[in-house]
Amino acid sequence: MKLFNITKEPINNQEVIDKVIHHNAGAVSVFIGTVREMTGEKQTRYLEYEAYVPMAEKQLEKIGDEIQEKWPSAKTAITHRIGTLQISDVAVAIAVSTPHRQDAFEASRHAIERIKEIVPIWKKEHYTDGEEWVGNQKGTKKYPEGRPERIEK
Amino acid sequence: MVQILLFASLAQQAGTQKVSLDLETPVTVEKVRDHLQNQLGELNGIENALVAVNEEYVDLTVEIKNGDTIAFIPPVSGG
Repeated sequence: MKLFNITKEPINNQEVIDKVIHHNAGAVSVFIGTVREMTGEKQTRYLEYEAYVPMAEKQLEKIGDEIQEKWPSAKTAITHRIGTLQISDVAVAIAVSTPHRQDAFEASRHAIERIKEIVPIWKKEHYTDGEEWVGNQKGTKKYPEGRPERIEK
Repeated sequence: MVQILLFASLAQQAGTQKVSLDLETPVTVEKVRDHLQNQLGELNGIENALVAVNEEYVDLTVEIKNGDTIAFIPPVSGG
């Protein structure tokens, strides 16, 4: 049972939750990212996700390590889907269990924010009027150090 | 020989995700980037891509050795 994985199959949220439930957990916080139809005036028809799979799974594990360090009693599981996703499909499911609720909320937030910073996964929007790789690919964001902030090497 | 991996917009422009380059090593990331574009044509946005060697992020100053796999990682957009 892999706690951190990239899949081409639809995500079963309950399976992700079950991975973190244990007898000393008193709270499970779940974050589910779904495909949104409207972004401002733009209407999404569907999304395509691509990943550098082995590295993405390693980076997800790193996020798990970060959470473990900050909230030692936490247990984390993350599944991210790739391939073609339709509106309202689940793209990512994060479950974090802790003894008490406060830590679970904070840790699951940490996980999704870090996914957006360090995990090599890309989203291509197929709008009604064109397509675009998301993620500042027009070069408006620079990484002067050659990497985003807070990346461990 | 070094193995290059491209993703998202970079792979789309290149028309491929994988390229092998026969380079004299050790070689800098910058040189690899130049050779790659000599071979494939200009890749818009590669200057802003992060670099991972053998699945770990590295600084651009790192030296690439024979047999390494270098991935150019455009700004990510998971979640």
